[in-house]
Amino acid sequence: MNLLLLIGLPLLTAVGVLLSRNTQQVRSIAFAGSALQLILALALIYFFQKERAAGAVAQMLFEQNYALFPSLNINFHIGVDGIAVSMILLTALVVLAGVLVSWNVEKMTKEFYFLLILLAMGAYGFFISLDLFVLFFFLEIAVIPKYLLIGTWGSGKKEYSANKLALMLMTGSSLVIVGILGMYFGNGEHKSFDIIQLSQAGISPAVQKLFFPFLFIGFGIFTALFPFHTWVPDGHSSAPTAGSMFLAGISMKLGGYGCLRVATYLMPQGAQEYSSWIIVLSSIAILYGAFATMMQWDLKYMNAYSSISHCGFVLLGIGMLTKTAITGAVMQMVSHGLMTALFFAVIGMIYERTHTRQINEMGGLMKVMPFTMTVLFIAGLCSLGLPGFSGFVAEMTVFMGSWQNADAFHRIATIIACMSIVVTAVYILRAIGQVAMGPIKETYAGLSDASWNEKLAAIILIIGIVAIGVAPFLLNDLIKPGAEIIMNKISGK
Amino acid sequence: MPNAINIALIPLLPLAGFLLLGLFGKKIFKNSAGIIGTLILLISAGLAIYTAYGYFFDYGKVNDVYQKLIPLKYTWLEFSKDVSIDMGIILDPISAMMIVVVTFVSLMVHIYSLGYMKGEERYSTYYAYLSLFTFSMLGLVLSSNIFQIYIFWELVGVSSFLLIGFYYDRPSAVAASKKAFIVTRFADLGFLIGILVLSFYSGTLDFNTLIQKLTSPESSELKTAIASSFLGVSALTWGLTLVFIGGAGKSAMFPLHIWLPDAMEGPTPVSALIHAATMVVAGVYLVARLFPVFALSAPDALSIVANVGAISALFAAIIACTQTDIKRVLAYSTMSQIGYMMFALGVSKYGGEDGLGYTASMFHLFTHAMFKALLFLGAGAVIHYVHSNDMKDMGGLRKHLPITHITFLLACLSIAGFPLLAGFFSKEEILLAAYQHNAVIYWIALITSGLTAFYMFRLYFSIFWNKAYHAHGEHHGDGGVAMMLPLLLLAAGAVFAGYIPFGHFVSTDGKPLESEFHLSFSIAPVALGLIGILTAMWLYKNENEKPAKLAASLSGLYKSAYHKFYIDELYLFVTKKVLFNLVARPAAWFDKTVVDGLVNFTGNTTQDISERIKGIQSGKVQQYAIYFLVSAVVLALLFIYVWKG
Repeated sequence: MNLLLLIGLPLLTAVGVLLSRNTQQVRSIAFAGSALQLILALALIYFFQKERAAGAVAQMLFEQNYALFPSLNINFHIGVDGIAVSMILLTALVVLAGVLVSWNVEKMTKEFYFLLILLAMGAYGFFISLDLFVLFFFLEIAVIPKYLLIGTWGSGKKEYSANKLALMLMTGSSLVIVGILGMYFGNGEHKSFDIIQLSQAGISPAVQKLFFPFLFIGFGIFTALFPFHTWVPDGHSSAPTAGSMFLAGISMKLGGYGCLRVATYLMPQGAQEYSSWIIVLSSIAILYGAFATMMQWDLKYMNAYSSISHCGFVLLGIGMLTKTAITGAVMQMVSHGLMTALFFAVIGMIYERTHTRQINEMGGLMKVMPFTMTVLFIAGLCSLGLPGFSGFVAEMTVFMGSWQNADAFHRIATIIACMSIVVTAVYILRAIGQVAMGPIKETYAGLSDASWNEKLAAIILIIGIVAIGVAPFLLNDLIKPGAEIIMNKISGK
Repeated sequence: MPNAINIALIPLLPLAGFLLLGLFGKKIFKNSAGIIGTLILLISAGLAIYTAYGYFFDYGKVNDVYQKLIPLKYTWLEFSKDVSIDMGIILDPISAMMIVVVTFVSLMVHIYSLGYMKGEERYSTYYAYLSLFTFSMLGLVLSSNIFQIYIFWELVGVSSFLLIGFYYDRPSAVAASKKAFIVTRFADLGFLIGILVLSFYSGTLDFNTLIQKLTSPESSELKTAIASSFLGVSALTWGLTLVFIGGAGKSAMFPLHIWLPDAMEGPTPVSALIHAATMVVAGVYLVARLFPVFALSAPDALSIVANVGAISALFAAIIACTQTDIKRVLAYSTMSQIGYMMFALGVSKYGGEDGLGYTASMFHLFTHAMFKALLFLGAGAVIHYVHSNDMKDMGGLRKHLPITHITFLLACLSIAGFPLLAGFFSKEEILLAAYQHNAVIYWIALITSGLTAFYMFRLYFSIFWNKAYHAHGEHHGDGGVAMMLPLLLLAAGAVFAGYIPFGHFVSTDGKPLESEFHLSFSIAPVALGLIGILTAMWLYKNENEKPAKLAASLSGLYKSAYHKFYIDELYLFVTKKVLFNLVARPAAWFDKTVVDGLVNFTGNTTQDISERIKGIQSGKVQQYAIYFLVSAVVLALLFIYVWKG
């Protein structure tokens, strides 16, 4: 299968959106394009697993390599392993759902969809890149549209949030580029941006020790690494619904993926050196984020803060440096992406009808919006780690992997992480209890339930969540070989 | 041999029922949901009885010992070669017994609800939730893997949440459902960490392998698990105690019981199913499932089980004597009876005669399921009739509700341990086991059994005797066949279930256990029971001033028991005041002010600096010329200085 399709198709869709004449056309093209992306992602999984079953042992499949700037040894090198494939599937699901919930965006529809699709293309490109220069290029493509999406279509203090988000993510990017250049020049005579070459050559421990923090913090900012997480609440809350979905569902995953693929995989000794720092910061994020969430009364702020807590599991899994924990970290990325996207979608659906996001101002909406409230229930239950949904599987895999480290430090960190499942239950049930249950407020008695496009968006994401929750072996089988390679690198095999 | 598909269908049929009714119930099965749910469960119950019969009388025994069979196992999530979460089925005496109990009581509740919930707006949703609960509970008892049981454990928790909060527009129901979920979740945290500990030391999640590795004296896993210690307690004891915390949460043991009385906000048939016969015994079942490890390798952990059980039994019985909401009396009674089951396990040893406590505990679980479900359903019929939960609104109902009255009386006699009824046999066995192994617990149990008789008959006389009832409104008497049939069937269970020779089927080591019956031993508990009944009769049979006077003379004790010994207030203080105000609020403040403050400070400072220095780029050529000149001179001086120095 040709991976260039993953960039070509969104590009074509984006051009199609620009060329279309009216809103109707814009929507249809965006919808068709993102539906095709999902089909493409599913086909990719199918062909990937088929190749693997047929005995393809290469670390990356479907590789392509074109020279871009031979003098600097920059190549357009792409390829995927199971981890990348699962991230691509996540992206495709969130994009389609995001396009569907934005059906009624009236303001500058064409530009809105163009930016959404552009962001998606950046994400796909990022996940398939095997050359750090190209990877960085796509990372930047995925940042700029967010600024415009929040600044133009956002709500509340949107200028402040857009600035904050863009500046903090740019800081992250600048740390990342320093790290990348450090590796490029630190590799002796043979200068390379190529992930495979760099990992085979091995980067000297001194360089690793120096540049690992740049890369990890740089990517970490994208995925809400404590204490660089404060763009998350403001950014998500001001963004339009699809913007929040993309931000939490896709953008934050760029960071997690980068921490794993670039920082940890290429600098295994650096990862070992700093793993206790990662564990400390991520366990703080998990529990402190959960407690901070308890004090949020705005649904979007609540979900954004809970994202800080949930993304902590991703970083914790990476920091624990065991195969199971890393597998769990990737699962958590997929799971959190789908779940948060669903949460933001349903918050958008509620807000459009009640015109408030304040938990205390709502009540008893189950009576008038049974479908929407059922979706809220499902998103909430997934968030609090109920079996049958993806969150449970991912969190448990992280816990099981973390516990394999037998010393007190790792144990305490794991127990702290475990404690968050109780706190999560508290804030989720409080929100659900207030919004969906209880006596209905009179002003809301006439509200309508979800429209077809909203229903479809929710169903797509729910299918993803439930499929992982009920049949986790599918995702586990996909991710594990990739995690194993990273782990072998760390343990020096 | 067992047929794996037949057994798998027992939980899967209710799951199919849930999906069917949950997805299409509102449109297609608006009125037929009850019938469909009941029929599905009827098949499920039939399969369960068929399976249990086959296991106990056909293939279960090898050389006169009941085996632990694994007819089905599917790797669900693999962590490493040995450690994986499997979806499997375990068939042994306790799981075979439990599937019968669960499907039977659930079927009774399904039938009863056909009458009780008729006309309810969300009729199909109610049956969908019932099916979901039944599925989760059956999955729980059939689990062959400790993580699998945790998965179904959580699902049971959420279905209970949904059912307690079924009347979701009542704030009290919403609060109760949240409380139930969060308190049990807190306990489950212990369970989860316990699983992590046990799996780390045994290197497996599979029940059979885990038990084998942690009990055989020569296994290296057991030696490390005992040798490694934390705060002077062995890792194994920690692991099992943590698992027991999970069990104590679900089984409403002191001090994690606070959710159970509030959970009575759910529809009454639900209380009969979840909070009497099935979910609340999950903790007992969990300890029984891991019993060999508790008994053989971690007696310390087992003695914790015994003490917690005994305290809960007495504590709840005292509170039950003062409550006036009839469902709450039953809730505390359930807690007390589960305390019995717990300490029976706690005092038991492994193997032979000394394993009597284990058998007795399972026996009591079985008989209790019958009479307690009956009591709840009977209470439901009463509430249906008088439209109130409070004893003060009742009295003299024996003529109005004759069938309910007789069955309720039988259940009360059974739970009070009246000779030759089901509760008598199982309770005698528990007392005997306690007598043999732990004198203190025996005395607690004896006192509790007297209290049990007292508060049950306080309830009985207050509902059916006492003042005369003046019926107002509609007169529908006992309720229809749908509601009366389950009462009669359960009454048969409450009377005759005790004649099953339980020791032949359920024992610690799978070998038959002959329980001897000592008439002389029964004198004390029966006498105490009769005293309890007579006292209740003296106080409550006719309307009089005695109860109020008694309460006044015992005012301190009465008041604190009436307020449930202020445990709820204590929890409220810890959660609201301590966690909320001292942890969550500062965390949010810190994030807003300090962490985000630093970010904003960086941004603002950068802006400030550029604001100040932007004047330099004025665009005036003369100014630039001066900058150029000054800089050139400074640089020149610097160069000279460096050169010379």
